Amino acid sequence: MKTAGIDIGSITTKAAVLEDGVILGTMLSFTGYHAEQAGAKIYRAILSDLGIDEQHIHKVVSTGYGRNSVDFADKAVTEIICHGAGGYFLNPAVRTIIDIGGQDSKAIILDPNGKVNDFVMNDKCAAGTGRFLEVMARAMEVNLDDFGAISFKSSNPSKISSICTVFAESEVISLISKGEPRENIIAGIHEAVASRVFAMIRRLDAGPPIMMTGGVAKNVGVVRSLEKRFDAKIEVSGYAQLNGAIGAAVLALDL
Amino acid sequence: MMRQIMTEYYICAKQAGEKGDKVAWITSGGPVEPLIVMDVIPVYPENYGAMIGASHMGGDLCEKAEAMGYSGDLCSYARADIACSTVEGGPIGGLPRPDMLICCNNICSTVMKWYEIQARYYNVPLFIFDTPFCHQGMTEQAGVYVRRQIQEYITFLEQICSKRFDYDRGIEVGRLSLEAQRLWQQVLDTTTNRPSPMSAFDAFFFLALIVTLRGTDKVVDFYNFLLEEMKERVGEGISAVPKERYRLLWDNLPVWYRLKWLSEKFSAHDACLVADTYTSAWSRSMKYIDDNNFIESIAEAYTRIYLNIGVDEMAGIIIGMIDKYSVDGIVMHSNRSCKPYSFGQYDIMRIIQKKRGTPCLMIESHMNDERSFSESQISTRIDSFMEMIKQGGSLTPGGLY
Repeated sequence: MKTAGIDIGSITTKAAVLEDGVILGTMLSFTGYHAEQAGAKIYRAILSDLGIDEQHIHKVVSTGYGRNSVDFADKAVTEIICHGAGGYFLNPAVRTIIDIGGQDSKAIILDPNGKVNDFVMNDKCAAGTGRFLEVMARAMEVNLDDFGAISFKSSNPSKISSICTVFAESEVISLISKGEPRENIIAGIHEAVASRVFAMIRRLDAGPPIMMTGGVAKNVGVVRSLEKRFDAKIEVSGYAQLNGAIGAAVLALDL
Repeated sequence: MMRQIMTEYYICAKQAGEKGDKVAWITSGGPVEPLIVMDVIPVYPENYGAMIGASHMGGDLCEKAEAMGYSGDLCSYARADIACSTVEGGPIGGLPRPDMLICCNNICSTVMKWYEIQARYYNVPLFIFDTPFCHQGMTEQAGVYVRRQIQEYITFLEQICSKRFDYDRGIEVGRLSLEAQRLWQQVLDTTTNRPSPMSAFDAFFFLALIVTLRGTDKVVDFYNFLLEEMKERVGEGISAVPKERYRLLWDNLPVWYRLKWLSEKFSAHDACLVADTYTSAWSRSMKYIDDNNFIESIAEAYTRIYLNIGVDEMAGIIIGMIDKYSVDGIVMHSNRSCKPYSFGQYDIMRIIQKKRGTPCLMIESHMNDERSFSESQISTRIDSFMEMIKQGGSLTPGGLY
């Protein structure tokens, strides 16, 4: 039985198609202004890529901030439940999922059956999220994909305030003008993100094994910095950014 | 009926000056009964704040206060009230001018500066009733300290009103106040029924009388009527939420400008807010009141209210409510306006999860400043929380690890 999951995030839209517990395909695109169109467009594209007729998709579940704008979905489920289901699908041993997306950072605690036991989300502030890193990459004139590798060259991370994205950007600009090495600033940015997210997660009864999902999981600098704080290995699947969509497709099986 | 009582109350307060009656502005948790004994009309800027919030006037007034120089971090009741005093307008055309201000700091410290500002603005006397914080119970010295202030308070009123305090009338007012508190608690307790005949959203509305008019017979009459109505609803199986499946507890003040939205949101998940820590605050310290020595014993009752006690005792109260009202989940409003209420919520959450395993959700807002309400973020949190409860993945008391 084939199912699909559509995850419309604040920056990117993700899609996944599953058949009997196997991932047939995934896709990622930018959300842009029209969340509704983004969902329909990616759905058409992934089905066309996989050569699947829409009639053969049993059910579709949508998630993410644009979840209610996907009119062809059979059900809209929040990203908390979807990331929980996706994480459990990828590795049933996982108990804590840290998801850092475009505007949200969240932690989810799973029970041994993959049900969500507890969760916490960032308050209304983008510090410590993917958008925060994007703003910093722009200020640094560095490709965000290179952030992780560059930060590994630093032995002395700069101190960056983690209170506010806008103020942190001015701090970064001021460090650049002082001639602070780029790797130190980037490492400092990762520390700031990790510090904020870690403090939030500590409110929960979070324990290993830990998995990180969402776009920021691709940044090895942030992952390493969080691992240091947890004193534990953090698993990052190759599907990290697609985890919400995969979880949605998993949940669609039960509809 | 309730709207009529509140309208009459505010008309009476607004006409006080013409009739030669005195008006006192008083904090919501302040000892109001001595004012009733002295025929002073009590007016509550906080109740008015709720009216401002429910009328969606909070944002503009808060903005005005910020333009006057007050920080956006300050309580949104305080900002709205301070700003409202300087403009012609607000709900019911503004509050009647006070002849005196009575400030009891059992609810927070902000009220002291807020009332000092208003005392200077209106150039009227201010009485501060100082209630020491009860970290672990109340000490004997604290008892002596607050009881002495009751006497000072009475002397203050006697001087302003130029008449003696009638202690016999005090007994009668005390009886009515206590009766109103008992009835209010009985009304709130009708929600122990499944389905619940009312929700916290109804309680937020009916609360106005116990706040503003306790000590008068109007409140007793109305709550008697309301109690009968709720009992009838229980008898007929009429519920507040059409398909009640989940029973939740609300912590902290309401989000006044979003009552309808929140009510519909929870209702859509078949969830009823059957209890809250806020509306029951006006009847919770009844146990400290001595019927035969009302005026003196209210000193202790007003000192030991919910916001003036330690985190352990607060958690104990919530756990008691979880059991009493069969609560499936807790929604905590981290209210940036009300620091004493919001401070400690994470600790309380931990204690609850350890002892009962009840799922808890935290949402963030300002009770009266609609500019601070982020709809899509709060919507996602509530939806996620309800999905989690529906999944049935309840926490194991004592923690997972």
